Amino acid sequence: MQIDARGVHYRDLNRMLKEAAAAGEKEFVLDNVNGQRYIGTGVNLPVNIVINGVPGNDLAAFMDGPAVTVCANAQDGVANTMNAGTVVVHGSAGDVLGYGMRGGKLYIRNNVGYRVGIHMKEYKRQVPVIIAGGTAGDFFGEYMAGGVLILLGLERRQGEPLTGDYLGTGMHGGVIYLRGPVEPYKLGKEVAVLELDDGDEKILGKYLKEYCDCFGLDYQAVREEPFVKLLPVSSRPYGRLYVY
Amino acid sequence: MRGEFPRNPSGCAISGIISTKGRRMTGDIIIKSIALMHDRSNGLGGGFAAYGIYPEFKDHYAFHVLYHGHQSRDDTECYLKENFIVDRAEPIPTRPVAGITDPPMLWRYFLQARPGRPEQRGCTSEERGHSSFGEMSPDERDFVVSVVMSINNSIPGAFIISSGKNMGAFKGVGFPEDIGWFYRLDEYEAYLWTSHGRFPTNTPGWWGGAHPFCLLDWSVVHNGEISSYGINKRYLEMFAYKCELQTDTEVVAYLFDLLYRRQKLPFEITCRVLAAPFWKDIDRMAEEEKAMYTALRQVYGSALINGPFSFIVAHSRAMIGLNDRIKLRPMTCGVKDDLVFMASEESAIREICPEPDRIWAARAGEPIIAELEEGL
Amino acid sequence: MSSLIPAEFLVRIDYERCRRCKRCVLNCGFGTLSFEDRVVADHKKCAACHRCAAFCPEGAITIEKNRLQFKDNSFWLPEYRKNIMRQAESGGMLLTGMGNDKPYFSYFDHMLLDACQVTNPSIDPLREPMELRTYLGSKPEALDFEQSPDGAIKLTTQMAPQVRIETPIVFGGMSYGAISLNAHRSLARAAYESGILMNTGEGGLHKDLYPYSSNIIVQCASGRFGVDSAYLNQAAVVEIKIGQGAKPGIGGHLPGEKVNQEVSETRMIPVGTDALSPAPHHDIYSIEDLSQLIYALKEATGYTKPVSVKIAAVHNVAAISSGIARAGADIIYLDGLRGGTGASPTIIRDHIGIPIEMAIAAVDDRLRREGIRNRVSVIAAGGIRHSGDVAKAIALGADAVALGTAALIALGCRVCQKCYTGNCSWGIATQRPELVRRLDPDEGAERLNNLIRGWSLELKEILGALGVNAVESLRGSRERLRGVGLSEVDLEILGIKPAGR
Repeated sequence: MQIDARGVHYRDLNRMLKEAAAAGEKEFVLDNVNGQRYIGTGVNLPVNIVINGVPGNDLAAFMDGPAVTVCANAQDGVANTMNAGTVVVHGSAGDVLGYGMRGGKLYIRNNVGYRVGIHMKEYKRQVPVIIAGGTAGDFFGEYMAGGVLILLGLERRQGEPLTGDYLGTGMHGGVIYLRGPVEPYKLGKEVAVLELDDGDEKILGKYLKEYCDCFGLDYQAVREEPFVKLLPVSSRPYGRLYVY
Repeated sequence: MRGEFPRNPSGCAISGIISTKGRRMTGDIIIKSIALMHDRSNGLGGGFAAYGIYPEFKDHYAFHVLYHGHQSRDDTECYLKENFIVDRAEPIPTRPVAGITDPPMLWRYFLQARPGRPEQRGCTSEERGHSSFGEMSPDERDFVVSVVMSINNSIPGAFIISSGKNMGAFKGVGFPEDIGWFYRLDEYEAYLWTSHGRFPTNTPGWWGGAHPFCLLDWSVVHNGEISSYGINKRYLEMFAYKCELQTDTEVVAYLFDLLYRRQKLPFEITCRVLAAPFWKDIDRMAEEEKAMYTALRQVYGSALINGPFSFIVAHSRAMIGLNDRIKLRPMTCGVKDDLVFMASEESAIREICPEPDRIWAARAGEPIIAELEEGL
Repeated sequence: MSSLIPAEFLVRIDYERCRRCKRCVLNCGFGTLSFEDRVVADHKKCAACHRCAAFCPEGAITIEKNRLQFKDNSFWLPEYRKNIMRQAESGGMLLTGMGNDKPYFSYFDHMLLDACQVTNPSIDPLREPMELRTYLGSKPEALDFEQSPDGAIKLTTQMAPQVRIETPIVFGGMSYGAISLNAHRSLARAAYESGILMNTGEGGLHKDLYPYSSNIIVQCASGRFGVDSAYLNQAAVVEIKIGQGAKPGIGGHLPGEKVNQEVSETRMIPVGTDALSPAPHHDIYSIEDLSQLIYALKEATGYTKPVSVKIAAVHNVAAISSGIARAGADIIYLDGLRGGTGASPTIIRDHIGIPIEMAIAAVDDRLRREGIRNRVSVIAAGGIRHSGDVAKAIALGADAVALGTAALIALGCRVCQKCYTGNCSWGIATQRPELVRRLDPDEGAERLNNLIRGWSLELKEILGALGVNAVESLRGSRERLRGVGLSEVDLEILGIKPAGR
């Protein structure tokens, strides 16, 4: 189903999507999208949605199932509290991506903004994954409680930092992989930098191959640079704050 | 000045008559009816509303105004001239009656709105909130309402007792029959009369506090006290009505103005807002009706008139009788040919119509609506 | 460092009466009592929760305040001195539970309701209709109708979703984690049976409670615990929790030891991890972001449920509420100074916020002045102790009130304020299985149903005395309130007259 979204209000656009999906439509192409919010929200079925244009904030918020492909940049709040499905962005995306995300995948080709992966959580087999191909702003992985965050820093200019400050601040679960070293002063006080072990290799291999396939990248070339991982020092970082 | 007085509870008698064919009747008939219920009043207030009395000025707003001093009259007339074309200004004719003492100055004005005037009102939309008269509709009548509100609330000693077209209110402190003769109502002809005898528990002796209470073509005579006055008043204030008078009856007139005229609710529905069906009855309705009445109570809960009441609301085309939903106040209705009667007591109808075709007691919360025939 | 702070309470055991059954030892959740050759107490651990005394078959236990006198000082009260000692020993923040217990002025206690005498009649609520039914949700300013040629009138306005409650009372948000699953079960069952609402708080909804979804408010807080589309759709109302009265501007933190298997499943986080929900939602840094989240939730639930926004009553509550209404919320939940908590820094609980009475008055006034009062329902919480408070809150302008502390007291809580320890002997604020077991959800639900019934009967009596037979005639009717002993400014803010006028 092809929809010309030019000038269509998000409420109407999303209603069309939901109704058609409920009626059995599996493939959607949305043309001329520009700023419509919440695309994919409330469509709790495994459909494919291709977005031509820049979708609005909260793309795939609370999303449960669809596969969304954005053929442009995305804005803030992508995959907010997302439960299942995939979002692939062929460009950059904004701040607060994957907030409270509890499952599914968010793959971004280029850079991401501030507070990406904040409050990400995993539970049993529900493991959310975010991979960004470029650089990230401050507070990457803030309050992270589970899931996998991977930052690649591909095609960086000379001297361009991979991450911002307060990396993993408040992190108490999950894992962050960075392609390249990290300066200790940037680390949140709740995380430590570790070498990869065999388990990590498996995880990285699994998700990165998929990511590289998505964007036509050479997996081996991406893996040539060494990765480090960040883990929380404790799942109870705030034990000694209070008098009982 | 009036805002400083507390609200005065009162008991009352009411009576009304309409010719659905628009036949005009002199005022002695209604005086006779209300006088029969003399013992329901205590001499501290009586009044009448009459429709069809100014055929020669039928397209003018007829303002009946009472003044407590020359300054109030000067200020009011100046304000009226600024806002209207004043085609006639004169004292309301009266005759001396033993029971009526110390009346205020009583004047009437026949006014036309100035072309273009309603768009130039002074109030900013911020003062009025988004639901102000101005934004709600560009209706000329909204402008008249705002002028009435403004004079009644800001010119000390002046009070507009009615402001409709081809109608007027005549009221004051005294027994209603005395008030009727005082105003020489036997010399007026109207197709619709309502009347009221008041029994306030106390009074500052103020003529404006008597019934009917009027706004535009609306008039209300009311028996009972509105126990929900507090919230009805605050609800109306959201729509820029100012309830500063010493009677809870004004909320009824404002609610009719708001719901029927401004929000365009049907008559029947307006009445059902004021005397809403009980939830237990709504629960037994068919789906569509149930949804309608549920929404009505959800949206207009603050407009529910609670407590004992029976009232007769009139405007230029209809007379409506309504009492509260558990029938704490009486109301009898009668029909004879083209005449419809409503009164607190059956005797008040029999007094002027000994052999009605039909006479019955109104049911709790069910409006009785008598309208002029189409084309009149 | 061993503590030098004297015990707050002394446990007195009458050994003559004691028959050494050890029930008290088993019942104490705080480990205060032990049995050597007889029952002995570690007084410092006693929280005055009364569990031991309530279950002693011989009535042999009393708990007394430790009368050890501090040198009188009307400024350096013993409480402050003890707190300083405690912090000197530990270096931590003082933690507490329940609501603000300081003697701040109560406006509820200085307002009186009206009644009818002669000029209009009071109504006998036992035999005449008396309606408490309330609908929560956004209402339009006016309705539109269509009249067909045959005279039939049809409603054409499409109403926003409305949630019906049988009495203007709901339960306040208390998370599973802060309180036990049996407490949640009791609340959910009672809400279902009494036709009102329970509120999950921010810790998710246990699967066992899904059958009660028609009577549940689910919260979406900053930690997004247990929030997925199934959760959002197992609800009558979805609530965005911004703040709570006990700790405005402060987040929540459920310590890892309370995250057992069941809590973990409900919150959808691994066992034993800290559950952090900081004060801000990180997707709301400004009012337009709130609007974005409100509509995200509406999209996720197909516009079928009202969205509520819960805030703490703070100084600027009126303007904030106006913003919330304009941002598209259907319900505003105001939590006042006395609102409770499972855990809060004491200093925050006791010194931040404003009384709920003032908040209701200010918010209702502001929304009316702006002509948007119909757009939102207002739920007021934070210190509703009896049905008189309910009636006063409604007269000030609330659509309904929420009960947290009162509901817990109905379940057995003695307001010992030790919820944060997880040792609640009554099985309410604890996850210890042997303690949780003590709270029977059937009995709990019955006690809550009884409370709601009792208060509803009293509300009907109050309405009857006021001469009105529907709660909407009391709602916002400040004319029916009078102040006693209030300053002119207080009266003006509350919008009421002094008694005698």
